[in-house]
Amino acid sequence: MGDPRLIEIAPVTRVEGHGKVTIHLDGENNVDEARLHIVEFRGFERFIHGRLMWEVPVIVQRLCGICPVSHHLAAAKAMDMIVGVDQLTPTAEKMRRLMHYGQVMQSHVLHFFHLAAPDLLFGFGAPAEKRNIFEVLKEKPELAKRAVLMRKYGQEIIEATAGKKVHGTGAIPGGINRNLPLERRDHFLSTIDDMIEWARDALALARGYTLDNEEIVAGFGNFPSNYMSLVREDDGALDLYHGNLRALTSTGDVIFDQVPYTQYHERLVEEVRSWSYMKFPFIEALGPEAGWYRVGPLARMNTASFIDTPLANDAHKDLMGVTSGNPNNSTLANHWARMIEVLHCVEKIQDLLHDEDLQGDDLIVTGDRREEGFGVIEAPRGNLIHHYKVDQNDQVTYCNLIVSTTHNNEGMNRAVKDVAVKHLSGQPEITEGMLNHVEVAIRAYDPCLSCATHALGQMPLQVELFGADGHLLDTKAQCI
Amino acid sequence: MLLIGYGNPGRGDDGLGPAFSENLEGRGIKGLDIDTDYQLVAEHALAIADHNLVIFADAEMGSETGFSFRAARASAPQTLGSHSLHPEAVLGLAEILYGARPEAYLLGITGYEFGAVKEGLSDRAQKNLKDAETFFLNWLATERQERKSRHA
Repeated sequence: MGDPRLIEIAPVTRVEGHGKVTIHLDGENNVDEARLHIVEFRGFERFIHGRLMWEVPVIVQRLCGICPVSHHLAAAKAMDMIVGVDQLTPTAEKMRRLMHYGQVMQSHVLHFFHLAAPDLLFGFGAPAEKRNIFEVLKEKPELAKRAVLMRKYGQEIIEATAGKKVHGTGAIPGGINRNLPLERRDHFLSTIDDMIEWARDALALARGYTLDNEEIVAGFGNFPSNYMSLVREDDGALDLYHGNLRALTSTGDVIFDQVPYTQYHERLVEEVRSWSYMKFPFIEALGPEAGWYRVGPLARMNTASFIDTPLANDAHKDLMGVTSGNPNNSTLANHWARMIEVLHCVEKIQDLLHDEDLQGDDLIVTGDRREEGFGVIEAPRGNLIHHYKVDQNDQVTYCNLIVSTTHNNEGMNRAVKDVAVKHLSGQPEITEGMLNHVEVAIRAYDPCLSCATHALGQMPLQVELFGADGHLLDTKAQCI
Repeated sequence: MLLIGYGNPGRGDDGLGPAFSENLEGRGIKGLDIDTDYQLVAEHALAIADHNLVIFADAEMGSETGFSFRAARASAPQTLGSHSLHPEAVLGLAEILYGARPEAYLLGITGYEFGAVKEGLSDRAQKNLKDAETFFLNWLATERQERKSRHA
């Protein structure tokens, strides 16, 4: 029997921020254990302590350069509660929704075309020089141009509703600080039909990949889990901005449903493990072993009763039909789900642009002050929880955040293990393509490990191989 | 001319790029379009394609000088990391997608504190920022003078 070995992949490429994968091999080159390590988030809550409540929706955007709008809106929703507001004006809510749909749309488009498309088009085992967006450009330049224009459209929606791309100030406790001028509305309406058409084409691409590669999809990070998301009050429709919590088992049985998100801490427990900086949340009623769950686009497709926009609803039925209406457990089906959400967001944007409330002047309401607030939203990567307490001096005294990547922590670790066992065990040599299979499994969750800075000279990809005695046997690195 | 300052102001000296572009924006320099963002992404290629001269301002790690200024050329790296792009990659996108080949420079301003969730620049980074601004304004004046001479 040979010596046990340890392989490290750090950081994971095409994943925001810095992550590290360690794969422990035994002496027979079989995978003994595989773990995803993420360094992040713990400093966030301390960063917020002592801040004035009015500045929190702006400051939290500094925590994340990838989904600042999601943090902005989740914090604003929590501060709505603090200032005693349970119902925004129609203009305020619709402006916030428009901002959110723009954010989800552009984030999903980036992920699919920029980060996932190279893997899907060229295969997970393709050489590194083939697996990048430039190769996609060469093969499908029109697709790439559309992706850029869809991203731009979403970013412009954000700018129009939040004020600016960095440190937007649109959502404020109790409402919004602007409406949508007619000239901006007309600008967005002028190309909305293109966005609908392109979203449908992108959906067809993702759907086609999933169905044409049934064997790969079925065998890649495919395992049962629980799912959780917000759903709309009363009817359980997909709702990315607001609603109650619903959790289902892998077979679709209800764990809890229509639970107000102010009770999240009564349903979820955040477990700490010694080897990871990131917590492992689980559903308390099921315990840590059986209670872990997944969030994100596929989880939302699994939990939603239906979608309230016609094209996306047809696509939702189509997706769920593959598993006869039961939850879809395939990690790679996230890409299909993501494109359904792009179509949904574009349909929602179209509806909102035709709504005169967006030009309304009634922007803010006030209420009786409270000491505690909760803001929960379905961010692009999944459920996002903000929870604050504020003292009489308007200073934050307590802050707890559960971000999508944390919700998915156990799921990502299981996906890594599943793929590692299938693709690395028993192999005499660890190839780059095989290691990329592990990264593909992580990327399907689009994790945002956003503690990262982006300064020049950072972000090397490092692969290290250790012997049983801790000796470094091999290392590979490249700047990315 | 387009100036893109990028970085995360919530990560200490990673905010050097945005601080640079925001300071320049405050000066209201005619003919200088300014964009401030968390990171470079694909759609920056569109803005780049509309300009014949582009400056990227970013924080730099590990440099012994306060700042550096060098030409940037379009390239397609072997792999692309993260949700963000490098200046060379965005230039490459602009060239491939839109046939644009603007003259481009990368202004790297040296920072020292990146790890913590922290607002504000370190004292040394602030000095480097000021020096970089002085350099850039001089460079801009010279550049414009030379361009005027060439077109005279």
